Amino acid sequence: MAELAWVAAALPLLSFVVQVFAPGALRRRGDWIGITAVAASFLVSTGVFLETIAGVHLHVSYPWATFGDRTFQFGFQVDALTGVMLVVVTLVSLMVHVFSLGYMEGDIRYGRYYTILSLFTFSMLGLVLADNFLELFVFWELVGLCSFLLIGHWYEEKANSTAAVKAFLVTRVGDIGMLIGIFLLYSVAETLQYQELWAKLPSLTAGLVDSRTLTAIALLLFAGAVGKSAQFPLHVWLPDAMAGPTPVSALIHAATMVAAGVYLVARAFPLFLSAPASLYWIALVGGFTAFFAATIALVQDDIKKVLAYSTISQLGYMFLGLGSGSLVAGSFHLMTQAFFKALLFLASGSVIHALHTQNLHEMGGLSRRLPVTTWTWIIGALSMAGIPPLAGFWSKDEVLLAAFHSGRPVLFWLGVITALLTAFYITRATWLAFFGEGRSAARARKEAVHPDHPGHRGGEHVHHVHEGDWRFRLPLLVLAFLAATAGLVGSSWFGHPFTRWMEETMAATAPAFHPAELSPSVFVQLVALLAALGGILLGWLVYGARVISREAVIAALRPLYALLKHKYYLDELYAWLFVRTTVAFSWLAGAVDRYVVDGAVNALGWLGAQIGFSAGDFDQTVIDGAVNGVGQGVVAGSHLLRRAQTGYVTTYLWVLLGAMAAGLLAIAIVAIR
Amino acid sequence: MPPLGYFLVFGALLFATGLYGVLTQRNAIRVVMSVELMLNAANVNFLAFTRYLYPHDPRGAVWAIFVMTVAAAEVAVGLAIILVLSRRRQSIDVDRAAEMKG
Repeated sequence: MAELAWVAAALPLLSFVVQVFAPGALRRRGDWIGITAVAASFLVSTGVFLETIAGVHLHVSYPWATFGDRTFQFGFQVDALTGVMLVVVTLVSLMVHVFSLGYMEGDIRYGRYYTILSLFTFSMLGLVLADNFLELFVFWELVGLCSFLLIGHWYEEKANSTAAVKAFLVTRVGDIGMLIGIFLLYSVAETLQYQELWAKLPSLTAGLVDSRTLTAIALLLFAGAVGKSAQFPLHVWLPDAMAGPTPVSALIHAATMVAAGVYLVARAFPLFLSAPASLYWIALVGGFTAFFAATIALVQDDIKKVLAYSTISQLGYMFLGLGSGSLVAGSFHLMTQAFFKALLFLASGSVIHALHTQNLHEMGGLSRRLPVTTWTWIIGALSMAGIPPLAGFWSKDEVLLAAFHSGRPVLFWLGVITALLTAFYITRATWLAFFGEGRSAARARKEAVHPDHPGHRGGEHVHHVHEGDWRFRLPLLVLAFLAATAGLVGSSWFGHPFTRWMEETMAATAPAFHPAELSPSVFVQLVALLAALGGILLGWLVYGARVISREAVIAALRPLYALLKHKYYLDELYAWLFVRTTVAFSWLAGAVDRYVVDGAVNALGWLGAQIGFSAGDFDQTVIDGAVNGVGQGVVAGSHLLRRAQTGYVTTYLWVLLGAMAAGLLAIAIVAIR
Repeated sequence: MPPLGYFLVFGALLFATGLYGVLTQRNAIRVVMSVELMLNAANVNFLAFTRYLYPHDPRGAVWAIFVMTVAAAEVAVGLAIILVLSRRRQSIDVDRAAEMKG
C-alpha cells in the first residue's frame, strides 16, 4: 500500500484535470468528482497510514532534471510524519468538500471553487509526499497559488482581491528566504534529497561546514515557514485571508496549508537539530507569536478573525514545541489543531450561513436554533482551550512539556499564559455567538444597510434562522468526534503511544531524528489545566455571568484595548514602512523610466527620424533629381529637335539636297587629296 | 557618234530642271512631274554609260526599264494621294499639307 501513496495525490490531480478540461460534461459542475477523488484519496491515505503505524517507511525517486553531472530527483517518501499528514489533509479536505456542497450552493463560481479545491488537495498531498526540498518548494508554491485563488474567490469586492494579493506577497517574503536557504543547502551538501541529507549531516557538522552556515540555512528555511504559517512578523496576511469562503478558511487557512510551515520544520528537523541556535529562534518566534496573536484575538469582533488569530497562536504553539526540540509535540499539535480548528471554522461557517453576518455582537442565543452547530463548536472550543480528555489538551500538554524541559522558563510560562488567553477568548466567542439573548434586531437593522455577502443567496430572514441539512451536520459531527478523541493517541493515560511511535519510526528513517526523551510531568499538566479552566471561568464571568463588566474593563485599559483592537498597529506600520516605501520607489522607478529610459529611447527614435528625413531629402533631390533630370533633358532635347520636323516636304528636300551636296563635297575633297 | 560628255551634260541639266521643279513648285502634280524628270535624267545616264562603256552588256538597259516601272508605280501612288488630298481640302498645295509638323 505504501508504494501506492502517490495515488493519493494523483486522484485529486485527476479530478482537477477533468474539471478544468471537461467542465461542460459535468452535470453538477464537478463537486461530486472532487468529493469522490478526495474520498478515494482518503482511503488510500488511511491504508498508507496504517502501514506506517506498523513502521513501514519507503522512498521512491526518479531522475527529474539533469544539469551536467548533477541530477535533481522527483519522487515520494512515506514515513510516520507523512502518514499522519496524509490522513489529516485528506480527511479535512473531504469534510470541507462535503460542507461546501451546502455552503457554496448557488455560488457564482461553484465549479471553479471545486476545481481549485481539487488542485489544492493535490498540491498539499504532493507537499507532504515530496522527498526533496526542490519538489517540496514546487508544491509549496502551488498551495500558495490555491490560497491566493480561493481568498480572492469573490473578487468582485476590492477588499477580497486585495487580501488575496496581500497573502500572496507577504508569504512570498518568507519564500524568498526559503529559496535562498535551499540554494545554500545545495551548495554545501550537493543534494536536496532528505535521505541523503540526513546521511550527510554528521560529516557536515563534523567540521566540513561552518556551523554558522548551517544555522543560516536553518533560519532561511524557517523564514519560509514563518511566512506560510503566519508567524510574527509575517502573520499579517492570515487574518485578511478570511475574506475567502469559510470552508476554505477551514481547509487552507487553519488546518492544512498554514501547517505546511510546521511540516517543513518537522521534515527538516535533523537539520535544525544540528543547528541548535536556529531552534532557539524557532521557539522564541513561536512562543512570542502564540502569545501575541492570542492577545489580539481577545478583542476581535469578527468570528472568523477570532479564529484566524487563534490559528496564528496555535501555529505559534507548534513552533514552540518544535523549537523546544520536540518533533512530536509540534506534529501532534498540528494534527489536533487541524481537527478542532477545521471544526471551529466549519461551525462558524454554519453560523454565517444561517445569519449572514460574521460580527459576534450581532449573534447570540443561537444554541436553540443551531443545536448541532452549537454543540460541535463547544467540543472544538473546549478542545482548543485544553480541557481533558479532548484532543487539544494532550497536544498542548506535549508542547508545554517540551518547553518546560527545554530550560527556557520564560517561554514555558508564556505558553501557559497563552493557554489562559486561548481559553478566555474562545469562551468569549462561544458566549457571544451561542448564548445570551439574540441580538437579531441590531443585526436586522444592519442587514438592511449592508447587502448580503456576494455570492450568497439572500432571502433568509431572521426568524428563519435554522441549521443546514446533512451537508452541514455530517462534517461537523465527524470533526467533532476527532477533535474530542484524536488526542487520546498521545494521552499520558496510555503512556504517550503517539509520541513513542513517532519518535521510534522517525528515528528508524533517519538516525538524525533524535528521540527527545521527555519525562512526563504532572506539574505541567496541572498548570495547563488550571490555565484553561481559569480562562474559561474568566470568560464566563465577563460574558456569561456578567459579574465583571466588560465596559469597565475596557474603560480601565483603554490604551491597551486600542492597541489590541488595532492589532498592535502592525498593518499601519507595514503600510508606512514597506508599502509607502515601495510606492515611493516605484514612483521613482516610474520617473526614471519615463524620463531617462523613455528619454533615451525617444532620443534614439528622434535621431532615426532625422536620419530618415535627411535620407528622404537626399532621395527626393539627388536621386529623383537625376531621374527627373534625364526625363527633362529628353523633353528639352525633343523640344529642340521638333523644330526640324517642319512638316513641309520642301524643307526635307532642301536638307536632303544640302546633305548630298556636303557629302559630294567631302568625297571630292578626299578624292583630290 | 557624239561623245559621252554630251549625254551626261544633258542628263545633269534634266536632273537639275527636275530638282528645281521639286523644290520650287507648290502644285503637287507639278512636283510629281518634276520627279519624273529627275528619274528620266537618271535613265539617260544609265543608257549613256551602258552604250559607251559596256556595249554588249544589257544590264544598264534593264535598270532603265526597272526605273520606268518604278516611276509608273510611283505616279500611280502619288496621283492617288493627290486625289485624296484634293478631295479632303480642295487644294493640292504641298506647303499647306503640313500635318506632320513636329
